[in-house]
Amino acid sequence: MREAPPLVALRGVDKAYSNGVVALKGLDLAIGEGEFVSLLGPSGCGKSTILRLIAGLGELSAGALEWSSVQHEIGFVFQDPTLMPWASVFDNIYLPLRVRGVRRADAAARVEQSMEQVGLAGFGRAYPRELSGGMRMRVSIARALVAEPRILLMDEPFAALDEITRFRLNDDLLALWSSQRWTVVFVTHSVFESVYLSTRILVMSSRPGRVSSEVALEGKRDPSFRTSAAYAEQCRTVSARLAQAMQS
Amino acid sequence: MKGLLARVVPPVVILIVGLAAWEIAVRAAAIPVYILPGPVAIVQALVRDWATLYPSLLITLAITAGALAAATVLGVAIAVLFAQSKWIEMSFFPYAVILQVTPIVAIAPLIIIWVRDTATALLICAWIVAFFPIVSNTTLGLNSTDHNLLNLLQLYGASRRQVFWYLRLPSALPFFLGGLRISGGLALIGAVVAEFVAGSGGIQSGLAYRILEAGYQLQIPRMFAALFMITGTGILIFVLLTLVNHYALRRWHESAVRREG
Repeated sequence: MREAPPLVALRGVDKAYSNGVVALKGLDLAIGEGEFVSLLGPSGCGKSTILRLIAGLGELSAGALEWSSVQHEIGFVFQDPTLMPWASVFDNIYLPLRVRGVRRADAAARVEQSMEQVGLAGFGRAYPRELSGGMRMRVSIARALVAEPRILLMDEPFAALDEITRFRLNDDLLALWSSQRWTVVFVTHSVFESVYLSTRILVMSSRPGRVSSEVALEGKRDPSFRTSAAYAEQCRTVSARLAQAMQS
Repeated sequence: MKGLLARVVPPVVILIVGLAAWEIAVRAAAIPVYILPGPVAIVQALVRDWATLYPSLLITLAITAGALAAATVLGVAIAVLFAQSKWIEMSFFPYAVILQVTPIVAIAPLIIIWVRDTATALLICAWIVAFFPIVSNTTLGLNSTDHNLLNLLQLYGASRRQVFWYLRLPSALPFFLGGLRISGGLALIGAVVAEFVAGSGGIQSGLAYRILEAGYQLQIPRMFAALFMITGTGILIFVLLTLVNHYALRRWHESAVRREG
């Protein structure tokens, strides 16, 4: 399916937490450059744990995490926007560059650019609490973009948003993905969202978490796709796989 | 503007009504001024004795401000130290509590004996009373940083120093300011209590000594005048610190942002 070595791969990974919960057992997965991979599964199947491990935010209990290159900038978008309430939108987005020692004036152009990309132009001086939930999530995405990541990890980023906002952010995310050629790993528990966004879906089963099946998706994604028969068909397939995974 | 008016007018009306009732009651019952003076007699005493009361006010204020400044600097420094490691916090926090729960009236005589310079002794007493809320609140604040934000900074490879300056310190600010507001009042109380204990005379005496002195001389109106100056100072400190709190947090913290109805 892919000739090039994957951008990042987990090989035979176990993850047990100190409270004895085994989150992952013998997990193998590989993410290719430029893919949009969704991890789909019920709560507690270790989806978020996988993202955290890829991000280097946790120790593997067994197995290996392999990157194809030494240099791999990671962007992470959490389920909550996770913004600094005391800082303006601009300063929130500037944070990753600030950590790298880029001066504020030198960062301004890049911050403005990522604000524009997510539709936040002109909101730089607003504070997070003055924005709606959807706008806050855009700030969070812009903050991930500003560091120019090779891989974007998203942990149910739109789960708390209303459907209208969610659809719009889905479309905006797809547009960004196709123009920027990132690699995205997207965690969700929504079949419809995963089918709409992904090039590949990994259906997960829980206790312990593992990949139970894999669905590759074809076809152009645009708003008309949401109402197409192909979309409905793919959702049906993925739903069936998910039901299977929940039983096993 | 309308909101401000609505907040100011009712307490002022209550004040005027209360003072009038007090004056009327004192006059109607013909209570002698050495038992309970009316507001008019107190204001007269305030004006007449201004020359002695005002320098004393300045002395008490200087001790209060000095103690509050020391409590802020040392309190934040200690909190930062506590926040560096759970071990340091667990080892030293009990002693901060001991300082806090021991009544200042009981240890003030010792401090006054040990420290030769009275002003310094008073400063230390007021500081002991004032520093605890700042230490405990700031420590709590430094440990209350959003875990996902900490994860995010870890992901971007931030140093310990960056995490401290970019995240932990700003998220501790509302907690610190809450502590500061309590400490402001406590610094004044500590200063006054210590002055009572020291009880030294001379020109270098604060308002508490003026109260003692007036009491000995049965100058009850002057006693009340000094008391009101202390209360007024306390209110002023509270209002000032509330303003600081408001302007520091008004754009982002729930406590300072007005809810839209």
